[in-house]
Amino acid sequence: METPIIQIQNLAKEFKTANGPVRALQDINLEVSAGEIFGIIGLSGAGKSTLVRCINYLEVPTEGDVLFEGQSMAAMTDAQRRTTRRSMGMIFQQFNLLAQRNVIRNVCFPLELTGVPKKEARERAMELLKMVGLEDRAQAYPAQLSGGQKQRVAIARALATNPKVILCDEATSALDPNTTKQILELLKEINQTMGVTIIVITHEMAVIEAICDRVAIIDQSRIAEVGAVSEIFLNPQSAIGRKLIMGDAGERAAGGTGSGRSIRIIFDGRESAEPIISNMVLACKAPVNIMYAATRDIQGKAMGQMVVQLPKDADGAERVIDYLESIKIPYEEVNGYEA
Amino acid sequence: MKLDAVTINMLKTGIWESFYMTALSSLFAYIIGLPLGIILVVTDEGGIRPIPWLQKILGVVINLLRSVPFLILLFIALPLSKIVIGTRIGSPAIVIPLTIAAAPYVARVVESSFRELDAGVIEAAQSMGASTWQIIWKVFLPESKPSLLLGAALAVTTILSYSAMAGFTGGGGLGAIAINYGYYRYEPFLMWVSVVLLVVMVQIIQEAGNRLSRKSDKRIR
Repeated sequence: METPIIQIQNLAKEFKTANGPVRALQDINLEVSAGEIFGIIGLSGAGKSTLVRCINYLEVPTEGDVLFEGQSMAAMTDAQRRTTRRSMGMIFQQFNLLAQRNVIRNVCFPLELTGVPKKEARERAMELLKMVGLEDRAQAYPAQLSGGQKQRVAIARALATNPKVILCDEATSALDPNTTKQILELLKEINQTMGVTIIVITHEMAVIEAICDRVAIIDQSRIAEVGAVSEIFLNPQSAIGRKLIMGDAGERAAGGTGSGRSIRIIFDGRESAEPIISNMVLACKAPVNIMYAATRDIQGKAMGQMVVQLPKDADGAERVIDYLESIKIPYEEVNGYEA
Repeated sequence: MKLDAVTINMLKTGIWESFYMTALSSLFAYIIGLPLGIILVVTDEGGIRPIPWLQKILGVVINLLRSVPFLILLFIALPLSKIVIGTRIGSPAIVIPLTIAAAPYVARVVESSFRELDAGVIEAAQSMGASTWQIIWKVFLPESKPSLLLGAALAVTTILSYSAMAGFTGGGGLGAIAINYGYYRYEPFLMWVSVVLLVVMVQIIQEAGNRLSRKSDKRIR
């Protein structure tokens, strides 16, 4: 098997605060393969921003190591780490463009740092601006751009040094839904056409669902679960995973039913022609109460989920479960946890 | 007392002396103060190159110098002028104490400009592999240029008003004219003329600073 481009090994990060040390990360082990889009999701304060800064050693981990293409970042000198960072572009929630430089000079900035001749740098920058669709704004200053445009400039800047990895720290969290979609499409395109590995940090499941191949869910400084996005959507193992996938409304529906059993039914798009719930009710002769329903777009595939309260009588509930088993529709019981 | 040719010539000389005392002292104060301001920010805990002990010591020294009243510093530092320039009286001699008083002030003004800078921008530069020097040259200085220019107007006008005290130690300039004629000889007319000229100089410096700052700032469009 090929060496993963990034390996995080037993990583821990502790911050000293006035109230004693705080563990921001603990026992983090992850591998990111070259060419994939890897998501890291968690609620605010879970430690995901610290984790992404540990990957390029902007934050030095308290314990553990990060291997970039098999090379230990912990063992590197400061100068070697700086060189390695040039292989890892980074984009931010607040874009972090240089306000006193125009667009093209912002994109040239990382090239300037490595001493690329000015003319060459400008040509490369124009190429990248064309790719992100902003060649006509090359002379504009960041203050004259919209949020989405600023993030495009930041993406062009991150790509200038031909990095192998792009780290996205909440890159779409300051953008409206429409712009978010466009930026995610751009990232996906960059991943596919240039083969750049992308690591996406976010608190929004929709971002993960839209572009990520695999995802790590991080909760209370630790990794709760890791896996393919579709796998985790179908069958989340952790409480936090279910919470993130179902969202608040779904969780309330699942947890607040009071009596009886509830199940979460997952539709993966192939059975859209069949009216499954209607058939189920007819076949089982048992009424069910639909608590929550939503469809998600996971990597372009429409996936639906529905939280359904089973009939109060045990017989009816059993018939529904048997029916779902017989037609091979994935489901899971959700009343095991309360909201 | 009228504005005859002799008086006007004296005032002209006064303006020139005030100007060059301020200009030279400002220049030297920035040559010393600007790097100190950079060190204050860069070596701070959480700065891009933390050296907390150096930062603390520097901070204390700057505060010490800043707390000595200028008139006292003027008398303490004049022997140094004797060594460096060869005289302790006259306008050139005062450039030394002015520089000593202004450099720590400039360091603090520069420091506060740098602290206004968005930490995210510095982090972005670090993520691109920028070295400490590159961050200072290519991020700190150009990104805080508008704020540095405003700070410079503040520093230069302060130095100009300090220079007015040169009159007490045999220095020249408009301040000396105001003191010699207004205070020692009680000729209020000349005192007021000098004061008005000082006010005009302060206005010009401040306005120039404001305009340059606004013109250089690409954030406002």
